[in-house]
Amino acid sequence: MVITVGIDVGTRNTKIAVMEDGAKIIYKNVTRTTFDFAKTARGVYGSALKELGLREDDVKYVVATGFGRYRVDFRDINVTDITANSRGARLFYPNTRCVLDIGAGNSRAAKIDERGRVVKFRSTEKCAAGGGGFLEKIAYYTGFEISEIGKIALQSKNPVPISTVCSVFAESEVINLVTQEVPMEDILMGAHLSVIGRVVITLKQVGVEPEVTLTGGLVLNPAIPKALEEKLKMKPNASPELFYAGAVGAAVLGYRRLLKKREVQAA
Amino acid sequence: MRVAGFYVAGVDAGSTYTKAALVDDEGNLVATAILMTGVKIVEAARKVYAEVLRQTGVTEDRVKFLVGTGYGRYNITFGHLQVTEISCHAKGAHYLFPNTRTVLDMGGQDTKAIRINERGEVIDFCMNDKCAAGTGRFIEGAAKVLGLSLKEVGELSLKGKKPVKISSTCAVFAETETMEQLAWGNSVEDVLYGVHVSMATRSIGLLRRVGIVPELTFTGGVSQNVGMVKALEEQLNMKINTSPLTMYCGAIGAALFGLEKLRAAQEVKVKR
Repeated sequence: MVITVGIDVGTRNTKIAVMEDGAKIIYKNVTRTTFDFAKTARGVYGSALKELGLREDDVKYVVATGFGRYRVDFRDINVTDITANSRGARLFYPNTRCVLDIGAGNSRAAKIDERGRVVKFRSTEKCAAGGGGFLEKIAYYTGFEISEIGKIALQSKNPVPISTVCSVFAESEVINLVTQEVPMEDILMGAHLSVIGRVVITLKQVGVEPEVTLTGGLVLNPAIPKALEEKLKMKPNASPELFYAGAVGAAVLGYRRLLKKREVQAA
Repeated sequence: MRVAGFYVAGVDAGSTYTKAALVDDEGNLVATAILMTGVKIVEAARKVYAEVLRQTGVTEDRVKFLVGTGYGRYNITFGHLQVTEISCHAKGAHYLFPNTRTVLDMGGQDTKAIRINERGEVIDFCMNDKCAAGTGRFIEGAAKVLGLSLKEVGELSLKGKKPVKISSTCAVFAETETMEQLAWGNSVEDVLYGVHVSMATRSIGLLRRVGIVPELTFTGGVSQNVGMVKALEEQLNMKINTSPLTMYCGAIGAALFGLEKLRAAQEVKVKR
């Protein structure tokens, strides 16, 4: 039994996955990313080992990913978010051809081949408009928690898209819509559609092909798969465990690396 | 204070702060006030207006003209006229520094470069219309992460030795970018110095589009930030005008527009 660990240090959350033989997830956990990335990562790693009753020597490989991956000082290697999420998505849904990873900071669309290798990718990296950051601001302007807005948005019948791209400028538009007494659920669904509209552009650039698997923090927001389905006319894979796709994928990549280096035998 | 025949007032409803200015019949600035805008724009506008009246003891009936400006100007329904903040900042900057030919107005979510003539009239302008990159919001984001006030971040940035290169432009990313730079082991001072330098570079881009002709006057809320003033002066290699009153330029200009309106109306009367 070979144990590998994947740690995904995102802009909001740090996720960890511990795996056996690169196939079975034996532990996963999440914590808020703090300003000290290294400490955050060490913290989740420490509690994982403790809960599993493992020593550091028992772990064969630690792979870091996410925007804070370079700060994980106990890592064996680091991999990009795109590679890690693609691997993770494929573990949960083997027929995945497109991976859409929507995080707090930005989102990434990747096309993968039947062996799970990334063929092409695009990301929204210039600003927050294509990520959860936009929705966080909308939640703040409307006085809701980020965890609530998806559920409210699902009740919408006539969504009103937010035309402003800039998350900061969207504030005045949202305030205007509220004063015009547009129902809250329609404003919120409109905001989700606006973000997804921008994300879908990146997906189209890599080429939409079923199955599409959604990963990253926003997979937990029920309005996101709904909005994506509407724009793509196709149902994406969006189960809650895909929240951990980055960390899981990183752990899988760790195991594969060990196989390649012939340090372990295939189970 | 001289008792004037009448007064004019200007209220500048900005995205973050609402400012008011009271000017007498000879065009002298007599009072200014400031308040957080919040969500109730009209209420904030009424309150700052009441504040300049309270400070001076001038009764409302002696204010013959009130002009609204700023992004919330159309909500100031108790005024007589609305003028764009670009014209108002130009006029206000010209009032405080008569040799001004270029104005940089940096606010909570707008940055504007304005070229003006010797009479304080707008010749050309350029602004960030697409997004809040390069506006005060970016500095606010950095301040929020560090738990510091806007005044403190400016002061701390002066202690920076080497500005850290800031790669993000989106104001929403200011928080994560600051966090990331600190995580790399950069000092708070150097990160803040970098934030101000990157903001200065962006606004100089805007200024170049209208042409930089001295004197340059820096207005708006961010003009009170010493770190920003220093970063601009370093990069432009010239002195720039600022004073504690430059953040009121929009309101001062608005009041002066009111005075012009009244004088024009009176001239018409005299001619008749």
